[in-house]
Amino acid sequence: MADRITREQVQHVAGLAKLEFTDTQLDAFTPQLDDIIGLFETLSEVDTEGVEATTNVSDQLNVMREDVAEDWGQSAALLDNAPDAERGYIKVPAIIDESEDD
Amino acid sequence: MNFETTIGLEVHVELKTHSKIFSPSAVEFGDDPNANTNVIDWGYPGVLPTTNKGVVADGIIAALALHATVEQHTHFDRKNYFYPDNPKAYQITQADRPIGHDGWIEIDVDGVKKKVGIEEMHIEEDAGKNTHEKDYSYVDLNRQGTALIEIVSKPDIASPAEAYAYLEALRQRIQFTGISDVKMEEGSMRVDVNISVRPIGQKKFGTKAELKNLNSFNYVRRGLEYEEQRQQKVLMSGGSVRQETRRFDETTGETILMRVKEGADDYRYFPEPDLPALNISDDWIQELDANMPEMPGKRRDRYVNELGLTDYDAMVLTQTKEMSDFFDATVALKADPKIASNYLQGDVNAYLNDNQVDLSATKLTPEHLAGMINLISDGTISTKMAKKVFKALTDGEEPKAYVEAHGLVQLSDPAKLQPIIDDVLAANPQSIEDFNNGKQRAVGYLVGQIMKQTHGQANPTVVNQLLIASLKG
Repeated sequence: MADRITREQVQHVAGLAKLEFTDTQLDAFTPQLDDIIGLFETLSEVDTEGVEATTNVSDQLNVMREDVAEDWGQSAALLDNAPDAERGYIKVPAIIDESEDD
Repeated sequence: MNFETTIGLEVHVELKTHSKIFSPSAVEFGDDPNANTNVIDWGYPGVLPTTNKGVVADGIIAALALHATVEQHTHFDRKNYFYPDNPKAYQITQADRPIGHDGWIEIDVDGVKKKVGIEEMHIEEDAGKNTHEKDYSYVDLNRQGTALIEIVSKPDIASPAEAYAYLEALRQRIQFTGISDVKMEEGSMRVDVNISVRPIGQKKFGTKAELKNLNSFNYVRRGLEYEEQRQQKVLMSGGSVRQETRRFDETTGETILMRVKEGADDYRYFPEPDLPALNISDDWIQELDANMPEMPGKRRDRYVNELGLTDYDAMVLTQTKEMSDFFDATVALKADPKIASNYLQGDVNAYLNDNQVDLSATKLTPEHLAGMINLISDGTISTKMAKKVFKALTDGEEPKAYVEAHGLVQLSDPAKLQPIIDDVLAANPQSIEDFNNGKQRAVGYLVGQIMKQTHGQANPTVVNQLLIASLKG
């Protein structure tokens, strides 16, 4: 039975991902996601006392490039590849939700 | 009921780098839409961003300029959200270990100085730009990936006037480092504010409102003043302030409800897996620190204490680094500091305003300005003649050559002036009599006659001395 994640949480996460689930789908996904979380919980059995949090699995550090501008000449091809374009702009359905503008 | 106000400011500053923060596309304004974009900026699958070293350097410089601690073990994080100006559906920013933290700057409100704390500053990418029309929106990704520094104040700001002073001090310090133009009107400085009020004595902060559309420092102050009053009225009438986002209306000076916020934003930050972490060395920090330009506060102290300028003069001269550098260079060429300060604040500023240009875009040079000032100081030209010379300087002319070519040399030689004075006195016996009867006005009339005879070239100081001597003799 699902006790690690609730139906409401699944719906919330789906909303964040711009997905809409039917009741049947929610019934199916909730226990599945619960199992997945259960799988990951195995990891928390490892003793990590005194181990610093990992932020990156790469062993590389300080990979940086100099501040020099390059023109890769891709803008025309990228616009051609856009679903719709006009006057050099990417044309998208009107945006009404202004919840994020920075 | 008496209230206290708490204001927090988030300032985005756009960096003047050549290329974007994670892709080498050019940072240029005014180009065709989407001209400065590549597969990284469009967020194509499989592309790999690379950190621009110049942006990290600018982040360290900003931290140093704001007295913050540089976080030497830093990395980037992903902030997830959907919006068409953000093709990856996430912004690469810093959440966990921002490049600088715990800084402060000093502000001055009507002579009262105060330190305002800075919580943290982080480097991140800007989003593209949307133009909204009736049925469609149009996206230009040229700005996508342009480097920003976001500077978050501590909630130390207690009034709209302090918020204004904080923004001014912050703008100046960043401007002097040279990492950004910090111009609100051009979008290279953007300000988000939040404000709450609480009854004096209450420990818990009041519920805060966020204000948008504040496109100048004045609008920030006016928006906050309105909001401060509005929240106080709500509380005094027994109501409660909601957590909401409000828009400042420039025409009415009021703030208008945009939306009520429910719950915290859910951005699901996590460490950016495509970018290795950064370890910033002591050597790098020291190198950048050693090359830091002198900050405006230090320059003001120097102008007042060493050059004898007033606080006001020092304040005006340090509005921009260009102006302050120009002044320093002019004074280094032995120009009188007070005269140099007056010219920069007067004629030079008027010229910049009339032509809507920056100092660097003019033909004025410290060499030429100092040359002209030295000609005034040694009596070669009068300040009246200098008006003409200054106009020539704006056309790029060399002052000494211009003065010689146009015969603008002031007549200061007593041997040459005395005969003219004698002639004028001989022609105006009435004035001599008036002077002897104690009418000082007669002197002014006679000086005028002498100036007329010399076509304005006589040195007024020398003429005055010689004239008085002649009249008394």
